[in-house]
Amino acid sequence: MDSMLGQIQGIPLNHYLIFCAIIFSIGVVGVLVRRNVIVLMMSVELMLNSVNLLLVAFSAHHGDPSGQVFVFFIMALAAAEVAVGLAIIVMVYRNTKSIDIDALSKLRW
Amino acid sequence: MGAIITLSLLAILILYLGLYKAEKALLPVTLIGLALALIFELRLWGENPEPLFHGMVLFDRFSVVFSIACIVLSGLIVSLSKEFFHSLKAHVAEYYALVIFSLIGAIAITSYHNFAMLFVGIEIMSVAVYILSGIRKVDTYSNEAALKYFIMGAFSTGFLLFGIALMYGATGSFDLSILRDYVTDNTSSISPLFYAGISLLLIGLCFKVGAAPFHFWTPDVYDGAPTMITTYMSTVVKVASFAAFFRLFDFVLTPLDAYWTPVLLTIVVITLFVGNITAVMQNSFKRMLAYSSVSHAGYMLFAILAIGPLASNGLLVYSIAYSLASIIGFGALYIVKRDVGSELFESFNGLGRKNPLFAGLLTVAMLSLAGIPFTAGFIGKFMMFSAAMSQYHILLLILAAFNAVIGVFYYLRVVVHMYFKNAEDEFVLQISPMHMTIFVIAFIGTLVLGVYPDVLTSLM
Repeated sequence: MDSMLGQIQGIPLNHYLIFCAIIFSIGVVGVLVRRNVIVLMMSVELMLNSVNLLLVAFSAHHGDPSGQVFVFFIMALAAAEVAVGLAIIVMVYRNTKSIDIDALSKLRW
Repeated sequence: MGAIITLSLLAILILYLGLYKAEKALLPVTLIGLALALIFELRLWGENPEPLFHGMVLFDRFSVVFSIACIVLSGLIVSLSKEFFHSLKAHVAEYYALVIFSLIGAIAITSYHNFAMLFVGIEIMSVAVYILSGIRKVDTYSNEAALKYFIMGAFSTGFLLFGIALMYGATGSFDLSILRDYVTDNTSSISPLFYAGISLLLIGLCFKVGAAPFHFWTPDVYDGAPTMITTYMSTVVKVASFAAFFRLFDFVLTPLDAYWTPVLLTIVVITLFVGNITAVMQNSFKRMLAYSSVSHAGYMLFAILAIGPLASNGLLVYSIAYSLASIIGFGALYIVKRDVGSELFESFNGLGRKNPLFAGLLTVAMLSLAGIPFTAGFIGKFMMFSAAMSQYHILLLILAAFNAVIGVFYYLRVVVHMYFKNAEDEFVLQISPMHMTIFVIAFIGTLVLGVYPDVLTSLM
């Protein structure tokens, strides 16, 4: 366990930060650009998982376990959110026969 | 904490009642449970606030007052929605249970003292509302609203979490007191991570409260969701999100106001203009209310700009005033939509003659939203403006006053339709005693608050 912690701390914190920021940005761009709802959900997951990685890295560097506990909260709630989200997508698919976000444009001013 | 536990058990009990087909008992049991939760909150009133459960929650005066407001508003909305829920035939109990679950999240985010609780609360509150906004399964509008709300909600949670992670990186804790100590101890040498964290948290929270330029989901979702669910979203969810927003900035970030004030000022001005100008262009009453809720988010953000005891009072009065008027507005819309079949302004034609009492109540609600004296809305706006005045945001006040004038124009449009346009038929709306009671309660609240605002402001 100690050796693992040492390995994590061996990499400078900035590397984790930049890496997570890149993954997060890919997620954000994915949500904004892609039109398939499933891909949108995957992009959101990418955002959440970059946060998880960042929290674990900070947690290891601070030597403080609360960051890792927070990761479990995020995982559990992200799973709950995905369950509801997939149900919504199935409901939409039954009505429109499409999972393209552009098919949903009834609500426009 | 008693309130959260009571409500959790209540929601499970409601699900069991649904299982045993006791549909008549649903509303009474829900109201009794809410009353019980209210008693638990009231018992926290005089107590000395201490962070509980390893600093997870703190039930101070602010959180107790906002929790009580959320519980009472939920009670009013559940009673108002009874007819709608029961008209859906299947799974009636689940709707009650989901509203209660969402209320638990709302109470959690008004009383958090740790970012874990903020995140869990926001998720509990939002996930229940994602389902509720899609409860009309075959209606494509409702579907679209649910999907948009879900995608935007999850997206904004990502920003919120990234902000929390960066703040954790800078301070090594999720606890608000430790964060506050960090900010006050190193005001001059705060890590850039912390500043980036503030920006991302601000984006995440602005998404949640529907402030421009992160408001684009609000009109679509409010418009597409069933009217009664929109009432819940635009009152309880919004009030709780603002309480959480205010709590974070009040507790932790006040010393850094030089950093976030310019950002927030820009957001407020954009929100006010976008909300009000687009509201003027709407033909649908529901969509007008949706855009007006964006503009009200702008006024409520004044409280965060002028943080302090005056501002928390202002936020409380403003959110109660706005919620009561919204309950009447959306409730009236539900009845009109049910009987006339349309949400356009034209469907309100001639109501002043056909249903004088109903039209009168709706008129008072609209005047309160517009901020006319002797209604609660005026007092709310007055307190917000004087809070902003105390911080010398003079230009903001001029712009806000200009926006309030635009507001009067579109709120009075429905009044004009009710009193000065003639209807083609003589069809009188059927308003059940339940609906009328809720409207009258909200009406009395609006007037009492408009004449004696001290009943609320003395609480905090």
